[in-house]
Amino acid sequence: MSSDKTTVDTSKGGVPADEVLPPAVEVIDPRLLVREQGFRGYITEFKRRVKGGELGSMPVIAALIIIFVVFQLANDRFLSANNISNIGYYLAGAGMLSIGLVFVLLLGEIDLSVASVSGLAAAIFAVFTTTHGMNMWLAVLLTIVIGVAIGAIHGFFLAKIGVPAFVVTLAGFLGWNGLMLWLLRKTGSISIADTGPIHIVDQTSFFMNSSIAGAYILATVGVAAMLLSSLADQARRRKAGVPFRPTSEILLRTVLLAIVSYALAIVLNNSNGVPNALVLFLVVLVICDYVVRRTTFGRKVFAVGGSIEASSRAGISVPGIRIAVFAIAGGFAALGGLFIAGQIQTANTQAGSGNLLMLAIAAAVIGGTSLFGGRGNVWSALIGGLVIQSIQTGLDLLNMDVSIQYMITGGVLLAAVVIDSVSRRTQRTSGRA
Amino acid sequence: MVHVSATPVLALRGVSKRFGAVQALTDVELEVHAGEVAALVGDNGAGKSTLVKTIAGVHPIDEGVIEWEGRGVSINRPSDAQQLGVATVYQDLALCDNLDVVGNLFLGRELLRYGSIDEVTMEKRSRELLNTLSIRIPSVRIPIASLSGGQRQVVAIARALIGDPKVVILDEPTAALGVEQTAQVLDLVERLRERGLGVILISHNMADVTAVADTVHVLRLGRNNGSFPVKGTTNEQIIAAITGATDNAVTRRQSRNAEATQ
Repeated sequence: MSSDKTTVDTSKGGVPADEVLPPAVEVIDPRLLVREQGFRGYITEFKRRVKGGELGSMPVIAALIIIFVVFQLANDRFLSANNISNIGYYLAGAGMLSIGLVFVLLLGEIDLSVASVSGLAAAIFAVFTTTHGMNMWLAVLLTIVIGVAIGAIHGFFLAKIGVPAFVVTLAGFLGWNGLMLWLLRKTGSISIADTGPIHIVDQTSFFMNSSIAGAYILATVGVAAMLLSSLADQARRRKAGVPFRPTSEILLRTVLLAIVSYALAIVLNNSNGVPNALVLFLVVLVICDYVVRRTTFGRKVFAVGGSIEASSRAGISVPGIRIAVFAIAGGFAALGGLFIAGQIQTANTQAGSGNLLMLAIAAAVIGGTSLFGGRGNVWSALIGGLVIQSIQTGLDLLNMDVSIQYMITGGVLLAAVVIDSVSRRTQRTSGRA
Repeated sequence: MVHVSATPVLALRGVSKRFGAVQALTDVELEVHAGEVAALVGDNGAGKSTLVKTIAGVHPIDEGVIEWEGRGVSINRPSDAQQLGVATVYQDLALCDNLDVVGNLFLGRELLRYGSIDEVTMEKRSRELLNTLSIRIPSVRIPIASLSGGQRQVVAIARALIGDPKVVILDEPTAALGVEQTAQVLDLVERLRERGLGVILISHNMADVTAVADTVHVLRLGRNNGSFPVKGTTNEQIIAAITGATDNAVTRRQSRNAEATQ
């Protein structure tokens, strides 16, 4: 419920009793489903949505609970503070890749090159800083710019030449991986100094130096921001005479978020606090959520993902949006690559290989961003990443072989796509897709 | 009914358009006044769509003059037409299924407040616009996908009105609609006229044309084949003009004889 933040649907609250519509709209078609007032209306609306295939984040929350229960039963260290902290730390790296992929998926395209680009970014960064002694921050900036440029190249071939994104990025998947291998051809790996930006994303780096207050400050800021922005939005809507969320719903959402945030803060404080990598990831998520939902750029991305024809007739530059979105994906791939390099302080030829690509795509899809374009939100990178990283960490705790990990991750990805497809079909048949 | 301001808001004088070897339009004349519904009828391939696209700026004209409020203008791009105040609702509606009604109405011209999309004002203006047009939809916040065909059509027409146009072109607005939905769209067309807009209505459906149009312009094989005020013209006369039943060996002989006797 609280993560139901799709771009367009900001007024799920319906019309409170004191907010009667102007007469002209009151004469509505008797067959239309009009939401009842109060809490009962909430329940009936909820039932209707489930029947109509609008599952939202329910499947993924159910999956998370099952995962937590199963792994906790198999190994009682799974829900320990240290392990939760680990999950939070490790989901940030692949999560960055997933954020970029969410943009691409909203467009209805796919980017298969993000893992290779992330590995290449780590190698470039290592060459810049270790081999050439460049300033760390400058190197971070340059590496991300290179990632953006790589993404823009992919976007160019899609938008201007008309090559399917699948093929362009598959070529990139191989090509950029090759470039990374070439950069590292002499040594096979280059170690990176654990200072500056790399130290921030290191596993020993925690928000406010592991001060107990840090986690609570973050939780309070998050909850307060949500409460205040919801109330401000409600006030503006009330003043403008358009439907607004009832106060009861705002409070319910805030309380839910507060419970989750403070519980997490307590758990993380039992370990070493909030990993800085996770804090950065959350900050980036908030920024991207704003960009996707509240800027014209985000609206254009949704529009192109919904209908290319309608978008271009509305004066949107479809090629421009495509290039920009792939550039964003490239930039986030590079950023994620730096996060992952920070985990081991090394750029090696293994970076970006294995199942990283699958994990990043799976996270975005599991979190609820549709593969078919036009539906989703950036929070799916967090929610899906949580599922994926929980499975990974759980299997590591159980000392499962990598072969088992691959099979289980593959199964989870398939399940997520099946849910996506089925819910889309159900929505079609109930006329709401 | 036809109440006609002196200068037509849009007038085409001797417009011709060629595509390679095909002469799609030849010396076509068309006038639309403010507060007038001008129906454009003709068989398939008569040039209706081409004519509309020349006005909308999709296909620039080869010869002739387009007059806007009495002065000649050149329309070379869709944006030229939009700037003049021509809004076109195409047959395939070009709405984004995944966006809600507000998002579609303002697509490409979102209102901003401190740099971010001003959903509240957009929603308010959407409701006002739909109210003045008496458009009934369950909520302006549901995705277009959950609307019926008729509701989508009225949203598409309402979308054309966001930019305050002076002329609205409707390409087969009732083609895929049921009886009641057709009536809704026709009501909407009449409300556009009441608001003082010039409406160009393309239709195959004679009942629709006679129900709302003030004048009927017939195209046949890329040429004008008669313009009729709807009052006092029978469907048979219009259909005869469309099919060319008046343009056969017999009528040609009669008209030659008539000319000879003069």
